[in-house]
Amino acid sequence: MNNSVTSNTSQATNPFATVPHEIWKLKVQSWVRQFFRLIAWLLILPVLAVIVYLTYRAWPVLSFDFIWQNPENGMAAGGIWAPLIGTFLLVFFSLIFAAPIGVLAGVYLNEYARDNWGTRLINLAVVNLAGVPSIVHGLFGVGAIIFVRKYMWSGLRPSLLAASVTVAVMTLPVIIASTKEALAAVPMAFREACWNMGASRWQTIRTIVLPNSTSGILTGVILQVSRAAGETAPILFTGAAFFMSFDSGFNLNDKFMALSYHLFILSKQAAGIPEAMLYGTAVVLIGLVLLVNSLAIVARIYLRSRKKW
Amino acid sequence: MDSQPHIQFSDVTVRYGGDVALQDISLSIPENQIFGVIGPANAGKTTFLKCINRMLDFVPTAQVTGDIEIHGDKVMAMRNVYRLRRRIGMVFPLPVGLPMSVYENVAYAPRQSGIHDRTQLDELVERCLKQAMLWDEVKDRLDLLGTKLSGGQQQRLTIARALSHQPEILCLDEFSIAIDPVTTMKIEDMLMELKKSITIVLVTNLVQQARRLADQTAFFNDSQLVELGDTEKIFSEPENPLTHDYVTGGFG
Repeated sequence: MNNSVTSNTSQATNPFATVPHEIWKLKVQSWVRQFFRLIAWLLILPVLAVIVYLTYRAWPVLSFDFIWQNPENGMAAGGIWAPLIGTFLLVFFSLIFAAPIGVLAGVYLNEYARDNWGTRLINLAVVNLAGVPSIVHGLFGVGAIIFVRKYMWSGLRPSLLAASVTVAVMTLPVIIASTKEALAAVPMAFREACWNMGASRWQTIRTIVLPNSTSGILTGVILQVSRAAGETAPILFTGAAFFMSFDSGFNLNDKFMALSYHLFILSKQAAGIPEAMLYGTAVVLIGLVLLVNSLAIVARIYLRSRKKW
Repeated sequence: MDSQPHIQFSDVTVRYGGDVALQDISLSIPENQIFGVIGPANAGKTTFLKCINRMLDFVPTAQVTGDIEIHGDKVMAMRNVYRLRRRIGMVFPLPVGLPMSVYENVAYAPRQSGIHDRTQLDELVERCLKQAMLWDEVKDRLDLLGTKLSGGQQQRLTIARALSHQPEILCLDEFSIAIDPVTTMKIEDMLMELKKSITIVLVTNLVQQARRLADQTAFFNDSQLVELGDTEKIFSEPENPLTHDYVTGGFG
């Protein structure tokens, strides 16, 4: 059958002896594996570098006071309390707008919509909306504010409300996509079993599909939190303020400070800022994003452990 | 058989897009009988069942022409398709335990149709699980997830679910595919008992199962009804040579 077997008597007696070709195969297998592993581990480097370097440079200012205090003295002193709260509010309100619309649209597209030109048009729109650069969202947000002021409500200003809606539009496509994906992961056989027993589509969605796709939907929504917290472009013109404290509460129709915009100001727009403050702001922003991402991972692990099939 | 037809097919043709899945099927299924359906793969047996409870509605390309009547009600014209499906219990070949407890699995259909009384549900669940020969194995752990049961147990759970909405027709498609022979025999005994009160349509690849159970047997081949008659006649002296080949194992 094989040249090496006939030429080598010891192998002829032992059919399981390793032939040179097999040794080579094992070597290649080992090299390939090491190489891939190296590439995978390299991924940690940039993240680690960013975190370690930022923390090192920010060390002099990092303290609880830095978080609890508002910026003072033209940003040159104090902390980041107001921008931090502003970011929380921005994320909160943008999710209030985006999550329900995104989840409902995802349920419709995955559970009800038939495959016709209308559905394809909607899916195309969602995909393209996801591809719009965030600065375009920001500029479009300004346009929308002007439009609303002219035709609907003259009192609207660049504000928390306007910025939240802009960010919501930006995050919507990903929420829709992850909702669809989570729903599609529920086996079709479950739906068919329910329909066979005379359950309506809505009964099936309410009792079988949604309860078993919550983890996926939540993960998608939570990951959008970090995106909403980090983006600067969409809020640049639609509501971010140079300085605005929340000490006396907040107004939806008022400007607000946000961490991402604050960082931009510190590095480009204000003079005489201690470098450590810049790094400190970056550390808090990145810490916030990492915290939210780990929450998403923990939530996913927890919900997966309860996976029922 | 003298009883009035329970299900009546008149010139029923089903197409998926351009492909014909059932062609000009006309037959009637009498009440309180077991109606066996045999035939090779792709003969239209499953489509035949899916016509009866309008599950074909979920196949966008499916087109049904002709009339299907249940006790004289035209199936294709029914407005309340949920009520239709509650009149029919349907068991498909792949076992599906819903991702909820065994109890909830069986109580699902009654709940969705508005029964919430706990004692009534308890009785119903016990009765259906007993009919499906699953009760003894799960009676002490009704809160176990339906998806964690073994394949054969899930199949019996599917049968229990199909009985849970107290249907007047029970359609079984290869119900015994994942079930051991001993339990299959027990379920077959249960079916013989059950046919006193409901009509059973039994699609099976086990030709001998049809012979054991069915009062009448229909042989489908290539989307068409080849022969229909009393089971003994189909198996002992079929008129069509194809039927003869199939039931004696010399087919193809």
